[in-house]
Amino acid sequence: MEEIYKELEKIVGPEYVSNQPEERFIYSRDPGTMEPCNPDFVVMPNSTEEVQKIVILANRKEVPIVPMGGGLVLSGLTRPLKGGIVLDMKRMNRILEVNETSRYAVVEAGASQGMLQAHLKKHHPSLKHSIPDSPPIATMAGNVLIHGSGHLSHAGGFHSEMLNGLEAVLPTGEIVRLGSCSISPYWFSRAPLPDLAGLFVGWAGTTGVVTKLAIRLFPNRPFNDVGIFVVEDPELVPDVIHRVTGVGVGEDVTAWMSPKPLWARGFQHININYSADTKEELIWKRNLIRSSVLKYINDKIGGFMPLPPPMKKMFLEAPASALVRFADVRKGGGFEYVGAIMPIELFPKAYRMGEEIGERYDAAYSTGARVMGLGHCMMFFYAYAFNRADASDVERAQRALEETNQVALEMGGIPWKAEAPAQKQIIQRMDPNTYGLMNRLRSLLDPKGIMNPGNWEVD
Amino acid sequence: MKYEEILHRCFRCGYCKLPSDYLDINCPSYLRFRFETYSPGGRMWLLRAWLDGEIKTSPRLAEILYSCATCANCVEHCVFPKFKDDLLNAFIAGREELVNEGAVPPQVRDYFKAINIQGNPYKLPQDERGKWAEGLDVEPYAGQEYLFYVGCVGSYDERGKKMAQSVALLLGNLGVTFGILGSREFCDGNEVRSMGERGLFEHIAKQNIEQFKDLGVKKMITLSPHAYNAIRNDYPELGGDFDVYHYSQILKQMLKNAELKASGRPLRVTFHDPCYLGRHNKEFNSPRKVLLSLPDVEFIEMDRSRDNALCCGGGGGNFFTDILGPGSDSPARARVREALDTGAEVIAVACPNCAKMLEDAIKTEDIEDSIRVMDLAEIVLTRCD
Repeated sequence: MEEIYKELEKIVGPEYVSNQPEERFIYSRDPGTMEPCNPDFVVMPNSTEEVQKIVILANRKEVPIVPMGGGLVLSGLTRPLKGGIVLDMKRMNRILEVNETSRYAVVEAGASQGMLQAHLKKHHPSLKHSIPDSPPIATMAGNVLIHGSGHLSHAGGFHSEMLNGLEAVLPTGEIVRLGSCSISPYWFSRAPLPDLAGLFVGWAGTTGVVTKLAIRLFPNRPFNDVGIFVVEDPELVPDVIHRVTGVGVGEDVTAWMSPKPLWARGFQHININYSADTKEELIWKRNLIRSSVLKYINDKIGGFMPLPPPMKKMFLEAPASALVRFADVRKGGGFEYVGAIMPIELFPKAYRMGEEIGERYDAAYSTGARVMGLGHCMMFFYAYAFNRADASDVERAQRALEETNQVALEMGGIPWKAEAPAQKQIIQRMDPNTYGLMNRLRSLLDPKGIMNPGNWEVD
Repeated sequence: MKYEEILHRCFRCGYCKLPSDYLDINCPSYLRFRFETYSPGGRMWLLRAWLDGEIKTSPRLAEILYSCATCANCVEHCVFPKFKDDLLNAFIAGREELVNEGAVPPQVRDYFKAINIQGNPYKLPQDERGKWAEGLDVEPYAGQEYLFYVGCVGSYDERGKKMAQSVALLLGNLGVTFGILGSREFCDGNEVRSMGERGLFEHIAKQNIEQFKDLGVKKMITLSPHAYNAIRNDYPELGGDFDVYHYSQILKQMLKNAELKASGRPLRVTFHDPCYLGRHNKEFNSPRKVLLSLPDVEFIEMDRSRDNALCCGGGGGNFFTDILGPGSDSPARARVREALDTGAEVIAVACPNCAKMLEDAIKTEDIEDSIRVMDLAEIVLTRCD
């Protein structure tokens, strides 16, 4: 181990490698409920070449490597399940290029959502990216690679669908560029080539270390608004979403249901965020959205909620800082959620299941959904707050999460950014040939099994 | 440990690392070291783990706790309203525990020792404390309207002394009646408090309060925002209620109606907010009003200003202990690069610690030909002669 430490020091410099108990403690866990796993080393590279050298070293020594961005996934994917090196990528946080005409940005893997948001605001105010509701220190790379979603997911789908290409260090040390950047100086698209970028998306860091990526940008319009359509009956929500997304003028369509505050209990709130270049266009879009659900308004079974300015401001904020505050509901600094990807028609069932589990575990819970694309599917989330100072409360949240994962799978959904135990639940239901192909690909890419081992594994 | 009930409530979401527009890292120690352990959330979780016996007292833990510049960026930007105000208090409480255990870093120990024995961190004789005023027409305090309280940096540090001289000269030119304590002045104790030596701080503060009262001091002008903070916020609970002003506030008042002639020498100036004036005491406007009152001064804001300003790294004792240390990611170097990007020729400061930190950073960055540091009073004096 001492030899590895010295070699890591030579690669990144002594200031950026640690095997001290303090770093081993902090990097053993994330803010979710998963049990900690200690790394042997924490290393912070500053370039693709440094990443390459670390990977070659790890390969030679057969030491596990776990790449980490913001460390905010909550489901423990950056815990080093089998020890080894945690690669904190946040020193590689440069914004390398913004192409205004073809609307994309090329960033290093440690660049944060907030940093790109601020950079665009300052230097390219006509553009924005789809910012998730994770805190702004979360990285673009981390979110894209877990199939994240955000404030433009109605317009552009999953963030992985907004990926134009990437650079990665393979587990055997080769640097690859995938997408148009493998051929051209431009990072405009993954098409029309064989889509090898998919080898790194959704794999929980088990196939290599992504070092750069290009993501799509979108018009940033000066006039922004949000409408909240409310119905009581969850059975109506799929049709409401179908109608609202059908007019195609929104940027983000989300739903939220919460037992607290009391005025919200028992209602389904569907937020539709939209923007425009002029006030007239904004009003036109507002009317179009309203007309899509007019049937429910006329039948007096649904309506738009009046929004006082502070509430409207809160719902227009990106990222929504209020969501993080859910962690303090039990005065305990913790929450975790199951985000299950599923078809829109499962909404009523998903909602009832969330309510039932939340009440049964006496959990501080909240449910909601984000629509992907023009109503093509949704990420339905079940969030449970817990007090991290109370072991029994953490365990209760863990059990609620585990059951939610199980029921989501039984319903036909798939847990997103699944914890290692939930990955096993998914594998049990997966077509064996699909799982076999995953393993063959991984063996080919990572013959020594050094990349985030313990993930996407049965044992 | 005091405030231990809030430690586990931190979610480690990281809003505390950033300014409000998320432009760049705004926590000095996280910027410098980049390990999560050196972020405010890292400290919260480590303190909890330490109290729970999951990690032991160590030099690394001490370095992590003492690398905090107490700039209060975390307090400003934390999104948890129910405990955000106590984040820094918790870190200082952690330092107090290390003091109690005798486990502080050697630089911190030496600082306390110097304060205890010599009464100042420079280990210089007390009777040299007033030497900065030699040659100036400055009187000892004897019931004038204001006591001009200079503090350790203004009394002993070469850069600080120049600043103290400029402020004293300008106050005199503007007709402010004031006196100084000279060799009778003691350390204000702000850094002692922020470094976790509560007992020593209370001793210092009570000694000062007693002297101020004995001399009949009612109103005070401080050179340093650090002293301003201690006297304004910490002395009252120990029985010291004084009307205390930072010198920029007096300059603002005095220059409001002054007729200043154009110098014909345009100057592009940006302003670096001192944390103990700005974030800690919400005084953002006075220094700016001083600069804006000057003819021929073009004032340019940095991207991070006011409650979003990046600290120079000199707070929380780091000015003396240098636990943050050198390197291109040192906050002072990052700050002067940010200032240079504005196109300004001058970084205006209102704190002797900031003046020294930023001047050193300019030298290290080798940009002395492009930008220089001037204190507000120095700028006013050069524009009015």
